[in-house]
Amino acid sequence: MSAFITRLRQNLGTETFGLLILLAVMVTVFSLASPRFLTAANFGSMGYQAPLLGLLTLAMLGPMISGGINLAIIFLANISGLTFAWVMLQFGGAEAGLPAIFMGAVAAMAVGAAAGALEGAVIAFVGAHPILVSLAMMIFLRGLGEFLTKGGDISGFPDVVGALGHGAIFGFPLPLLLFLIVALVWHVLFSRSRHGFATYMVGSNIRAAEYSGLPTKRTLITIYALSGLVCAIAGILMLARFNSVRVGHGEAMLLVTVLAIFLGGIDPFGGKGRVAPVILAILILQILSSGLNLIGANQHLATAVWGLFLIAVMILRSGRLAALIPFRKD
Amino acid sequence: MTSGSDSDALRLKGITKIFGGVKALDAVDFDVRAGEVHCLAGENGCGKSTLIKVVTGVYRPESAEEISLFGQTLSAITPVQARAKGVSVIWQDLALFPNMSVAENIAFDTLVGARPRGVPFAKMHAAAAEALARLGVTLDLHAPLETLPIAQRQVVAIARALMNDARLIFMDEPTASLTQSETDRLLDIVRKLSADGVAVVFVSHRLAEVLDISSRVTVLRDGKLVGVYPTEGMTQAKLGELMTGHLLESTVSARAATGPVVFEAKGLSVPGQFENIDLTIRAGEVVGLTGLIGAGRTELAHAMIGMTRAQGTMTLLGKPYRPASLRDAIARGLAYVSEDRLSLGLLQKQSIADNAAISVLHKLLDRFGLIAPAKKDALIRDWVKRLGIKIGAPENPIATLSGGNQQKVVLAKWLATEPKLLILDSPTVGVDVGARAGIFRIVRELADQGLAILLISDEASEVLYNSDRILHMAGGQIRHSYDPRQTTIQALEAAIYA
Amino acid sequence: MRNLMKNRQIETRIFIALAAICIFLSLATDTFLTLGNLTSLLNNSSVNLIWAVGLLVVLIAGGIDISFAVATSVVQYVAAKFLIGIGGGNWLLGFIACGMVGISLGLINAALIHGFRIISIVVTIATFNAFFGLLMFFTRGRSIYNLPDWWIDRIALFEHQSADGAWSQLMMPVAVMVVCVIATWVLIQRTNLGRQIYAFGDNPEGARRAGVNLALMQALAYGWMGLMAGIAALMQVNIVQEVVPNALYGRELDVLAAVVLGGARLGGGKGTVLGAVLGVMFVAVTQNGLNLLGISPFAFKMIIGAAILVAISTSNMNLGGLVATRKEGAK
Repeated sequence: MSAFITRLRQNLGTETFGLLILLAVMVTVFSLASPRFLTAANFGSMGYQAPLLGLLTLAMLGPMISGGINLAIIFLANISGLTFAWVMLQFGGAEAGLPAIFMGAVAAMAVGAAAGALEGAVIAFVGAHPILVSLAMMIFLRGLGEFLTKGGDISGFPDVVGALGHGAIFGFPLPLLLFLIVALVWHVLFSRSRHGFATYMVGSNIRAAEYSGLPTKRTLITIYALSGLVCAIAGILMLARFNSVRVGHGEAMLLVTVLAIFLGGIDPFGGKGRVAPVILAILILQILSSGLNLIGANQHLATAVWGLFLIAVMILRSGRLAALIPFRKD
Repeated sequence: MTSGSDSDALRLKGITKIFGGVKALDAVDFDVRAGEVHCLAGENGCGKSTLIKVVTGVYRPESAEEISLFGQTLSAITPVQARAKGVSVIWQDLALFPNMSVAENIAFDTLVGARPRGVPFAKMHAAAAEALARLGVTLDLHAPLETLPIAQRQVVAIARALMNDARLIFMDEPTASLTQSETDRLLDIVRKLSADGVAVVFVSHRLAEVLDISSRVTVLRDGKLVGVYPTEGMTQAKLGELMTGHLLESTVSARAATGPVVFEAKGLSVPGQFENIDLTIRAGEVVGLTGLIGAGRTELAHAMIGMTRAQGTMTLLGKPYRPASLRDAIARGLAYVSEDRLSLGLLQKQSIADNAAISVLHKLLDRFGLIAPAKKDALIRDWVKRLGIKIGAPENPIATLSGGNQQKVVLAKWLATEPKLLILDSPTVGVDVGARAGIFRIVRELADQGLAILLISDEASEVLYNSDRILHMAGGQIRHSYDPRQTTIQALEAAIYA
Repeated sequence: MRNLMKNRQIETRIFIALAAICIFLSLATDTFLTLGNLTSLLNNSSVNLIWAVGLLVVLIAGGIDISFAVATSVVQYVAAKFLIGIGGGNWLLGFIACGMVGISLGLINAALIHGFRIISIVVTIATFNAFFGLLMFFTRGRSIYNLPDWWIDRIALFEHQSADGAWSQLMMPVAVMVVCVIATWVLIQRTNLGRQIYAFGDNPEGARRAGVNLALMQALAYGWMGLMAGIAALMQVNIVQEVVPNALYGRELDVLAAVVLGGARLGGGKGTVLGAVLGVMFVAVTQNGLNLLGISPFAFKMIIGAAILVAISTSNMNLGGLVATRKEGAK
């Protein structure tokens, strides 16, 4: 039994249990505060809202475990969405058939992965800091997107695409299904695959990883390429949800993904952390946002509460609550 | 002057310090005379650092019969008192500021304080120049510290200690990363300090270089005082016995190697690093490669494992061998245990299991191409048993292990790749004297099983007792080959330090 | 001089790049090298430069700050409400109000970072969200236009009308910016506190052992950033003549990129005021040049992003940072 718990702890990460308790507390509080919280409608709407942030957070996860960061995720998603839209428009826009949609999706993912791989290559071969590289890529992609769209919206897509954003299978929201599939793949990737293993090693000490015979450069490129790939999936979903593409869509989510990752207990220096607690963190953020919405607050208050919530969790984790006078001398 | 003789810089009697019920220091006596060069020896965890921290006021001992500093009796030393009395510690990591200038590093204490004031650059430069002059050294005061080699940084650290009017300086493992000539220069400086009346305490578990300029050595073991001995007539072997508490076998284990040739290099050169190296290693043979730091030993190893490209020819098991990368070399059957275990050999943040599995992930896959936890567990269990590694759970961080056990994990990681040739680069750095024998026992067993081994070490005794053939490298060339059975430690050391 | 170039490689490199762009633009356009263009370049860059020198101090201390741009928005709003509330106020009161609110916000970051040993990027991303969310919640996104006259009056320090009748003016924010830049230079190069910040960023454990007061260093670095954010708030209002709560959102990353481009190291201990200024001006001049060359404004960001990517790819600046294991400083 204890062996089972050890295994579970290893697979899910030690943060999971604390976050589960938090989650339970919040669900209880909000269900008492609002009668509409524990309803199918509320959970349904959460099922459509959370996956976008969730996918973007998963895109941020690999770079962060490797000790880096990918600040370009939003615009990677936008550019991929733009690619998707462009391919569909080439085949008649709203009249585009399934093959065109499929081709567009493949092209979008290829663009996302390629742009991510370029970031990874610069980081791997130049040794420049990921913050700087991904920041430059972010500025570049934002500019490229604005240049291509002249700052406007692109819309007019087949109804099938909209269904991806709003549809359901047996009452189960399609976006949520998409997110859960990617999350499951990510969980396996980081807990069982050689690439995931290498990502942790690169994140804790890249030179030692190299001296141990790991292909560190290839690993870095793959990390950012996979990040770009998931951004593309998010970009497609974004297009489907909003029924349009606009460069800058979802910009506010950039730093929220980092927030979710820290909440999920990923080591800010890299090398440590699991997928499961990050999924829980996303769920917690979504519940905070929906719950506050139900009791009459707006998204801005939710944003503030997210920030305060992260601070509170980090303070609890720091184990320094005793230091209530922050500037005591050591 | 309340107690103690005038010539005593420090007198400690019956010092006890307890951490969580464990006596880190158990009624330890320690005294240093003014102007004396003293060695404080003991294995990791014997209480050396705890003792330094008591002297510098970081820790307050639970009980003490006597504490006196330069003739003044104290109930306990506070950091302020220690500083005021001129007690200074040069930690192994030097605690300097790489991006700041030499002058700022030396005179840093003039900057410390919460009260805002201008920086007296001229005064700081003058003071720094004076401190360096006392040491008989000239350095560019404006140069950022990071542009200096490690030996000169150490000089900067000593000069900084002098700025505080240090009269008692502790040096923590000062020679660990120095070449022989740099060590000699450091010893010159220490002699100068000693002549000035400054007492110097070397804290180390590797004392060969400093034994002859010290007058006494204090040995600690498990938090207890073993004794204080004059260094005259003290040998490294005797000191090892005192530190570990048991007799260390040091017999020549060389045998004639008869196995087939595994590795051969002819005319191997990397310009500026080494030239014209001929090297043959046979199956079941341990070839010792010794020489001073900077002789080109590690550089040669790097060329063998594909980290650098060398001119000349190499063959592995009779086939031409020209590694394009470290990964290529590993695939061909080479394994390299780096001299820098802390930052290159192991991933300190990760678990024991992951550190052991990192080199053989491809052998641990299930039918889906994923890492199979059961296979990983089996791998760890197997190697823990074979090498006698003492671990708690395989999931524990590698940093929880002692140096010796960490090094065994490194060995396990490479042996798991089933190498043909194992290169050990200074495998006992940071490993306690007692645990070293265990490492070499494994090395011998591996050779007996037919592995070809290149053992690189700058300690003459290590290669003498543990290899079948000794090569001496200097200035990028192999100077001479010795048969351990027909040479002595004195002859070998004479050749190395000539 | 050669010594200076050796020790300041990144600054030298970006200076050469900047000079090359300026020479090219002077030859390629007749508008770049005009008084009017150069003064407006400075006017438009002053807020970014004030932020940049504040951020520089935080980076030198081994930290990072994501929250300063929204902190500036908070300062603007709080100060505007306060000044309107007391019937208008004046420049002195404005400086005091903005400075104090800015410093307070900075000290919140410092307290969380030092008091609870939380790494700075986590803290400032959290405070970024908290500051911005609370600001938008309480203002409901509404702007303030009825600001005191003294605040929105444009003060020209220098005016010149050229032969063709075009006016060139240097506005007051430029002077304030110059004061901030010089003050920051004095702080980090010429005072013992500044040198301790360098030492702390360079080797936190070494600084601790040498007796540097780490809490004070964190307070000073983030407090200075806060003060700069406060001053930037005051100047931004003077330039745009309104308070829009979400106007500055997103500017933080552009400034961060420019400062790091100028040689400040993520991870601490390295960076100069000259480098930070050159980094900001490199981006500003590039943008200005693209504008003058008649390139579509939609392409600006793309080209600037590409320029930064090329700059970091061709220079082998090995910026150790978050990856490096730091024990005390960033935490």
